[in-house]
Amino acid sequence: MQASSHIPHDVSYLDYKGKHKGLLAWILSTDHKRIALLYMFSMMTLFLVGVLLGLAMKLELIAPGKTIMGAQDYNAVFTVHGVIMIFMIVVPGLPAVFGNFLLPIMIGAKDVAFPKLNLFSWYVYIAGAILVIISVLFGDGSPDTGWTFYAPYSFKTGTNMLPAIFGAFVLGFSSILTGLNFIVTIHRLRAPGMSWTKMPLFPWTIYGTAWIQLLATPVVGITLVLVSLERIFGIGVFDPALGGDPILYQHLFWIYSHPAVYIMILPAMGAISEVIPTFSQKHIFGYKAIVASTLAIAFVGYFVWGHHMFTSGMSGTAQYTFSILTFLVAIPSAIKVFNWISTMYKGSISLETPFYWAASFIFVFMIGGLSGLVLGALATDVYVHDTAFVVAHFHFIVFGGVGFAFFAAIHYWFPKMFGRMYDTTWANVGWIVFFIGFLALYSPMFYLGLQGMPRRYYDYLEQFHAANILSTLGSWVMTFGLAIVLINLFRSAKSGPIAGANPWNGKTLEWTVPSPPPVENFEEIPVYGEKDGPYEY
Amino acid sequence: MQHEKTHIVPYRTYLIILVALLIFTLLSVKITAIELGGLTVAAALIFASLKSYLVLTYFMHLKFDKIYIRIMVGFVFAVFLAVIIITFLDYYFR
Repeated sequence: MQASSHIPHDVSYLDYKGKHKGLLAWILSTDHKRIALLYMFSMMTLFLVGVLLGLAMKLELIAPGKTIMGAQDYNAVFTVHGVIMIFMIVVPGLPAVFGNFLLPIMIGAKDVAFPKLNLFSWYVYIAGAILVIISVLFGDGSPDTGWTFYAPYSFKTGTNMLPAIFGAFVLGFSSILTGLNFIVTIHRLRAPGMSWTKMPLFPWTIYGTAWIQLLATPVVGITLVLVSLERIFGIGVFDPALGGDPILYQHLFWIYSHPAVYIMILPAMGAISEVIPTFSQKHIFGYKAIVASTLAIAFVGYFVWGHHMFTSGMSGTAQYTFSILTFLVAIPSAIKVFNWISTMYKGSISLETPFYWAASFIFVFMIGGLSGLVLGALATDVYVHDTAFVVAHFHFIVFGGVGFAFFAAIHYWFPKMFGRMYDTTWANVGWIVFFIGFLALYSPMFYLGLQGMPRRYYDYLEQFHAANILSTLGSWVMTFGLAIVLINLFRSAKSGPIAGANPWNGKTLEWTVPSPPPVENFEEIPVYGEKDGPYEY
Repeated sequence: MQHEKTHIVPYRTYLIILVALLIFTLLSVKITAIELGGLTVAAALIFASLKSYLVLTYFMHLKFDKIYIRIMVGFVFAVFLAVIIITFLDYYFR
C-alpha cells in the first residue's frame, strides 16, 4: 500500500528540502531517485578509475617488452580493472541507476517496495567498494589473480587477496537486496490495470535480471567464502594437494558469473527496447516475443556456464552439453535484434543522440554475439581460448553492450532525471569519437587473438606490434570521446536549457510526470485502461 | 490496507519439525560412513533438500502462501536441481 503524504507534488526530488541538508539529504534519503543518483556518481567515480587502469594496460602494450610496468604490476592492474569494472560497474550498472530511478515511475508507483532496504543496498555497495580499494592500497601488494579469482592461485598467491574477495562477497549482497526489492516492487506496486503484458519492456528486463541476482549471486558468495577458508585454514575443497578440485571452483564461479553477464546485458537490452520505439515513433515490434526472449535468456543463461571451461579438463559429455546450450541462448538474443530492427522499419526515425547510441549498440552487440559463437563451438574455442580474441569478444559484449546502452539510456532519460537538456551537437560528437575509438581499440584484438597472442601478458612478440599500436591509439580516441560525453552531461545537468516533461514524445509513464519528477512521482497513481499500453503511437 | 487471513501453527508442529531437522542432520552425517561411491553427494543433497523443504513449508509459512509463490519457490528448486545435474555431467563422465 502506498500511503498518501504531506509532501507537496510540485516540488521536484532535486529541490525537496527534507529533514536533512547538504550531503546528508542525499546519503540519508530513501527516495529511489536520489539513491539512483548516489549509485550513478559512485559508479562514475569508480568507472574513471577503471578507465585509467585500462589506459595504463594499453600504454604498456604499445610496444613489446616493459614500457611502463613489469609483469607483476600488469597482473595487478588487469585484476583491479576487472574487479572494478565487473563487480562495481557493469553488474550493478543499469539496474542500480536506471532501475532505481525509473522502475517505480514506469510502473506507476511512488517508490520501490522497501525504500530503506534500497538505501541500505547502496551502503553495502560502498562497503564492498571500500574493501576492494583497501586490497589495492594496503597489505602485501594488489590482488593479481584476474577478476575470476581462479583456484588454486587465489589461495596460493602472497598478495592481498582476502579484502578483495570479501569485497566481491559484500558487493554480491547489495546485488541480492536490490534484486529482491525490484521483484517485490514489480509484483506488488504496478499501477491498477497494468497487467504483465502492459508493463514496459525496461521493467520486464529488470524483473528477469532481479531473479538472476537473487538466485545466482549466493553461489558466488559461498564460493568466495570457501576460497577465503581455503586460504586461511587450508580446508581442502579446491586445493588438489589436499584432495580438493580446482575445477569445482571454476564450476561454482561461473554458475554465478555467466548469468552475471545476463545481469549486465538484460537491462541494457531493456533500455534499448525503450529508446528504439520512441525514436521510431512506432509501436515496438513483437512485444510478447521480446518479453519471452528476456525470460528465455534469463533462464537458459543459467545453464551455459561451462563454456568458460572447455579447456579446463572437463568431461567430453559436459563439453557437448554446454556447447549446445550456449548455441541455444543465441536464439532469444537474435529475436531481440530482429524485433528492434523491425520496429525501426517504416518508422518515423529521428536521429537524436540516444538513437545513435542505440543503433551502435546493436552493431557492436552483434559483433560481440557472433564472435561468442566462435567461443561456444568446441572446435574453434580450443584455438582462441585465453587469447586476445576472448578479450575482444567480452569487451564488445560487456562494454559495447552495457556501455553503449548505458550512454543511450543516460542521453534518453537525462532530461527526465535532471530537468535539463544537453548540448546535442557535443553529445553527437562525443558519440562518434567514442564509437570510432571503441572499434579501433577492440577490433585489433580479434586479429591478435586469432594470430595467437595470449591475454593477460604484459609482453608480446614483434609480429603483434602493429595491431597493438592501433589498439592503444584507439584507447586514447575512445577516452577522448568519453571525456566529451561526460563533460557535456555534467555541464548540461548544471546549466543546460530547461527540458519539458516529454521532449521525445515517449509513451511510457515516466513521460507523464514533470521533469525532474516530484518526490513521490505521481499526484495520483495512474490507472491503466483496457486499451492503454506502453507503446501506443 | 487489506487484511490477509491469519494462521496459527501450534508449537507442537514446530517441535516435530525441529526434531525431524535434527534427525536428518544426524543421518546426513552418519551416511558418510557408508561407501556409496558416486551417490555420496546425491545422498547429502537429498537430506539437505528435505530439510530445506521442511523449513520453507513450516518455518517460513510457505504452506499457507498463495499458489503462485509456491510455484516460484518450486521453480527455484528445479533450477537448482538442473544446475546440479549439469555439473555432474562433468564429474561422472570425466
